[in-house]
Amino acid sequence: MSAAALLSGRGPRLLLALLAALVAAPLGVGDYALSILIAVLLQAYLGMSWNVMMGFAGQFSLGHALYVGLGAYASGTLFVHFGTSPWIGMLAGMAVSAAVGSVIGLLGFRFKVMGVYFALLTIAFAEFTRVLFDHWGWVGASSGLVLPVTNRASDDLWLLRGSPTMFYYLILAMTVGGFLFSRSLLMRRIGYYWQAIRENEDAADALGIPVFRCKMIAVAVSAAMTSIGGMFIAFFSNNLFPESIFSMHRSLELILGPIIGGVGTLFGPILGAVLLTAMGEAFTLMGETIGIDGVKQIAYGVCLLVILILKPGGVWPWLRTRFGLDGGGK
Amino acid sequence: MDATFFLNVTSAGLLTGLVYGLMALGLSVIFGVMRVVNFAHGDMMVVAMYAAFLLFTKLGIQPVPALPLVAGGLFVLGYLLQRLVINRFLGATEHIQFLLLLSIAIIITNGVLMVFGPDARNIQLDASFESYSVGPLVLDKVRVIAAITAGGVAALLWAFFRYTTTGTAIRACADNPVGARVVGLNVEQLYAVTFGIGAACVGAAGCLLLLLVDVHPHLSSDYTLLGFIIVILGGLGSLGGALLGGILVGLSEALSGVLIAPSLKSMFSFGLLILVLLLRPQGILGKKP
Amino acid sequence: MSTAPMLSVDNIGKSFRGLRAVNAVTFQVPRGDIVALIGPNGAGKTTTFNLIAGALPLSDGRVMLDGRDVTGLGQARICREGVGRTFQIVKPFAGLSVVENVMVGALRYDGGDVAKARAASLDILNLLELGDKASLPAQTLTLPDRKRLEVARALATRPKLLLLDEVMAGLRPVECDRMVAILQGLNRETGLTILLIEHVMRAVMALSDHVVVLHHGEKIAEGTPSEVTSHPKVLECYLGEEHA
Repeated sequence: MSAAALLSGRGPRLLLALLAALVAAPLGVGDYALSILIAVLLQAYLGMSWNVMMGFAGQFSLGHALYVGLGAYASGTLFVHFGTSPWIGMLAGMAVSAAVGSVIGLLGFRFKVMGVYFALLTIAFAEFTRVLFDHWGWVGASSGLVLPVTNRASDDLWLLRGSPTMFYYLILAMTVGGFLFSRSLLMRRIGYYWQAIRENEDAADALGIPVFRCKMIAVAVSAAMTSIGGMFIAFFSNNLFPESIFSMHRSLELILGPIIGGVGTLFGPILGAVLLTAMGEAFTLMGETIGIDGVKQIAYGVCLLVILILKPGGVWPWLRTRFGLDGGGK
Repeated sequence: MDATFFLNVTSAGLLTGLVYGLMALGLSVIFGVMRVVNFAHGDMMVVAMYAAFLLFTKLGIQPVPALPLVAGGLFVLGYLLQRLVINRFLGATEHIQFLLLLSIAIIITNGVLMVFGPDARNIQLDASFESYSVGPLVLDKVRVIAAITAGGVAALLWAFFRYTTTGTAIRACADNPVGARVVGLNVEQLYAVTFGIGAACVGAAGCLLLLLVDVHPHLSSDYTLLGFIIVILGGLGSLGGALLGGILVGLSEALSGVLIAPSLKSMFSFGLLILVLLLRPQGILGKKP
Repeated sequence: MSTAPMLSVDNIGKSFRGLRAVNAVTFQVPRGDIVALIGPNGAGKTTTFNLIAGALPLSDGRVMLDGRDVTGLGQARICREGVGRTFQIVKPFAGLSVVENVMVGALRYDGGDVAKARAASLDILNLLELGDKASLPAQTLTLPDRKRLEVARALATRPKLLLLDEVMAGLRPVECDRMVAILQGLNRETGLTILLIEHVMRAVMALSDHVVVLHHGEKIAEGTPSEVTSHPKVLECYLGEEHA
């Protein structure tokens, strides 16, 4: 697709407008709104990372918190112990996550652990690692790892110490980068091979596709992408606890966005993140007004249920056909 | 630490394991018949525990006599859930089913949280402090009662599937839903009954577990995971397997709790789960696919 | 060019838990020929196909492709050695468009260049008269079109040997004749060797140089189409079936 074709049509133009608005956002919004935007973008980014493995290649992981945690701890510990730049820590986290993902993939695919069983295998590894980190003194064990915070006059991009605005632009860049990367994956040979495997593994095999190798690449790429999100969380929140970073709850939350938005689509994870955060904020407000614990979550659950019943394929595929937003990709 | 101590820990683990097994039985039945993975299993468990708690504190009904009431209530809940919601997702892909059950789980857990608040609750019976001595062995009375009752309920369930018409019809649906429909079975109805039975198992297990542990709303995901570990260990869809898996997990929890740090005990369960998934994915007692 | 047959199947057999589905089947497919594999339902034709394509492991016997021993290689490897196959129960990539389905087969060439794969795939689709449906989702195709898509996808892997499993089934006579013409054209123009399972006898008669008949997992006859149709054993097994 040429650059001109890319910029024509309703979808892409909307997208550019949205991007411009996001770039300008810190000028016009307060701290609270900025923190919401950061949450949306982070969820969108993590959802995209999971989407590579599940949405593109059809391999169901329910343990992606594992890679978030590994990315967070790799960059966090290197920074705390050696003062290493998170950018180098990020590379280490990507390498570790891709390696761990490959081991899980190798075991799972070679032993033909499939579908729900594979998903349970990923949960088991994530939970196993969580307990392991809970007892590993060098990374702070269960009392956590705290990144030193110092007051600075200006943002330090090399060590990622600075204002929320800096983190906002960082996560915006990550999300845009993740989107473009996902898009380029889908438009390459590997993207077609993944989708073929997702749709029918046997037929893909009969067409000579190296199924095992393609699935391994999907796990490794998805794990590495996810770990970058972990690095962001570490430096943005400044403290890490195995209990929360590796939690199953995080794994579940991470995949809600893409499923609600549309698994396997490029915009699904972004739209899903926006919808979920909007729902969450609206219901928090509602909960505070009513003043009862749990109302927020119940409304959230009911909403998920309703979306699922009405649009089981996700909201984005429906929006796309409904409003003719096809130009921007899948 | 001497031999008697180990014997006591082992037998306590074994008895608790039977209750775990009963809980996992529900998960196993639902998966075995409908191929639906019930991610709201632990949440149903917590509901059952709170129901038993309420019956005891408000009406003074002890958990064992309350068991038929709670199991009956959970049966209705499960039946309706299947009939009204889950049924339309039977053919859906795994991740959609997963999200469906997760939404249900969120609603249930937070409903419980809303009603009971986040604090842990427990009940004290006179029997809670009594124990039986068999030679050097000291067994908590409530644990023995819970385990025997769990075994009894499991035996009833086995007899139901083995000897009743409905039970046989459900097994037919599990083997071949299309064939079952062809010979005139009402598959939707049977599925709903199955989900009800699965939920009733959880109801029974919840009553019994309340005798042994405190309950609080956030236990739900732990119990869901525990259920998975147990059925995978024993073999999804196998009744005996669920009980065996429950006993194994009960034992491993009890032993790793005293041999190594208690906080490490779940790591062993997960390690075990990984090994079984890889080496014998059909479970210890499961049939080869 | 070697003189070995394109496909040589030597004494292959397959047991499923003691049940003998295919037993000591031997035949050859000469280079550039069209050979049909026929037989009543349950004769073991599809199993034989799966054994040749590597979708099922052989219990015994040997498979040679173009003079090379491919016994025991997996499905994907055998495809890369030059065998394209279709599935009797069609397996389209339902969520992808028709042309994308074919591209998946074509992407092995030209270093995975997507544009070139798309162009090549469109050519193949035009050949199979699916060109106007190229951008539709595969799940919207009718069964006859899905059968054609199976053929197109297999062709995109540029096979030396094409295995077709009942691609005429469900086609109307006119469509069937079109498919026969297309396959004949491919065979004539590119020298593609074809082995097909077929129940539609008019297609078998029109297409094949040679026919192999299976019954109860064993070869009971082979020869030219006219030889085979007058073979007493063949008549017995078919008429016996149909009058039952």
